Amino acid sequence: MTFRKSVLKGTGTALSDRVFIKKKKKRDRRTFEKRALATIIAAFFAVLFLMPIILTVTNSFMSASEISSNYGQVFSTTDTGGKTYISEKVNLKFIPDIVSFSQYITVLLKSPDYLFKFWNSVILVVPIVGFQLLVAALASYGFTRYRSRIKEIIFFVYIILMLMPYQVTLVPNYLVSGWLNIIDTRWAIWLPGIFSPFAVYLLTKFMRRIPTSVIEAAQIDGAGEWQIFRRICMPLCKGCMCSIAILIFIDYWNMVEQPLILLSDEAMHPLSVFLSKINAGEIGLAFAVATIYMVPTLLVFLYGEDYLVEGITYQGGIKG
Amino acid sequence: MKKELKTPKKEKIKSANSLRKKGERGKRISCVFLSPSILGVLVFFVVPFLVVIYYSVVDNPINHSFVFLDNFRNVFNNGAFRQAAFNTMKFSLIAVPLAVVLALGLALLLDSKIPFRSQFRTFFLTPMMVPIASIVLIWQVLFHYNGMVNDVIGLFGAGKIDWLKSDYAQIVIIVLFLWKNLGYNMILFMAALSSIPKDILEVAVLESAKPRQIFFYIKLRYLSSTLLFVTIMSLINSFKVFREIYLLTGSYPYNTLYMMQHFMNNTFGSLDYQKLSAAAIMMSIVMVILIGILFLTENYFGKDVEG
Repeated sequence: MTFRKSVLKGTGTALSDRVFIKKKKKRDRRTFEKRALATIIAAFFAVLFLMPIILTVTNSFMSASEISSNYGQVFSTTDTGGKTYISEKVNLKFIPDIVSFSQYITVLLKSPDYLFKFWNSVILVVPIVGFQLLVAALASYGFTRYRSRIKEIIFFVYIILMLMPYQVTLVPNYLVSGWLNIIDTRWAIWLPGIFSPFAVYLLTKFMRRIPTSVIEAAQIDGAGEWQIFRRICMPLCKGCMCSIAILIFIDYWNMVEQPLILLSDEAMHPLSVFLSKINAGEIGLAFAVATIYMVPTLLVFLYGEDYLVEGITYQGGIKG
Repeated sequence: MKKELKTPKKEKIKSANSLRKKGERGKRISCVFLSPSILGVLVFFVVPFLVVIYYSVVDNPINHSFVFLDNFRNVFNNGAFRQAAFNTMKFSLIAVPLAVVLALGLALLLDSKIPFRSQFRTFFLTPMMVPIASIVLIWQVLFHYNGMVNDVIGLFGAGKIDWLKSDYAQIVIIVLFLWKNLGYNMILFMAALSSIPKDILEVAVLESAKPRQIFFYIKLRYLSSTLLFVTIMSLINSFKVFREIYLLTGSYPYNTLYMMQHFMNNTFGSLDYQKLSAAAIMMSIVMVILIGILFLTENYFGKDVEG
């Protein structure tokens, strides 16, 4: 403060003060430059991250002929019969020449094929999310209360199973589905999904953070196990359940491996698998379908971003 | 007086007894809570996995004659398996360090005082939410022989590359992998960064430590366990990259893109249980080793920082 006073008074600044001011200015400018640079880098990455999504959405508003003239070459692996004009160059366009909803109209009204696949996705994913949460809520309460050595060992097995990639779990899944005769039915995807240890692990980790004093207080007041679970643990875990629901939803909405192996009937495949099989004649529709497929996840993201971030944060550090 | 003293004592003993009884009952009830999940996991994961182990050491499911390691040897000598294992390993070795370092960079970037931090966080996280199937189309357009990426490279005087059908194919997948996974890793790092005690950082600044010193001597030490967790998670996620490749190129992609899951999927076609089981077991052994490392080092580092 001393240097400021002397400046304000105008009584000639001491040499040391002047040096100090200069230094401070220099430092300020340097931090400003650094901050600007950091912002620019962040903006650059943000553009890179968002571009594919935005492109998909904007391209979905192109008319079919515009798309085939722009990208026809990319997707014309098989001969399309030369009906449409295919340009030599691939034109990537951010904004369509004419905004048209013709693709959406076709997808939503004229060709119900895509809507069926979308419905397939929904019907595969929603029961998994719901029932996995239910099973996990019960199980994690079991893991939280009366901890014992055996339970710890079982929990450890759960962690290992959770971390196993599909390469490992799909063979056992296939075997069981064979025994139970549920291959080529939706049960083959539902059941392993419902009993997947992921939600149990995450929820247990969260539930174990509930102070034991709270539970003990309830017990002394005469609450039974079911009441403690229903009235105390569940309300406290609401946020965590939301996070987990979002994580499970993204994971299964994205699924490709399981239906490929467990459902040989293509009519039951979810949209995620079907999208890759759209042939050259229908590329016009592909962008619209892709956009429609993104919408649920983006909506979930819009309303649940904080839950998602929280959910990821719980995952940090493997142990309970 | 004596009578009055005695009665509460008796009651105490009684209530303690009933509490203990309640406790034992509670224990049994807690097992009831556990049972659906344990039953499901047993039926759908543990038991079949044991059968898979059994299948991997017999010659076929009908004969049941014990051949020990023959299946493993067969799989290991299989050209497709080797190619798949090699490609998967190569991909992981390149993609995982990139995923960790870039995510840490982004987290530090958002940790510094820049405007629109929460917006940037949202932007970086969006790819995680978007299903890959939706994005594959645009990826094909971008990396096509006559696509935009080649145009951009062309500006710098480089020749055109047919991305998905050349030795550069892995680069395309690595970019896609990073695009998808950086946000997740970044959030983990951001959580760890915000858990570093502020007073330690303030003291360091007062002691006129340079930013580089603060990063290497303080932040990195506190991040060590997260660093490891992120590495392992990225490694596991890198095994799942089949999804991207399948959606981009189908069941039989260019050589350098032939991954473990391709091998598994194509073996499912012929239903060769022995091959499948042996490959799955090998994969799981690798996984158990990785997870073991994760646990051991987390124990080690956890003590280091918290204690």
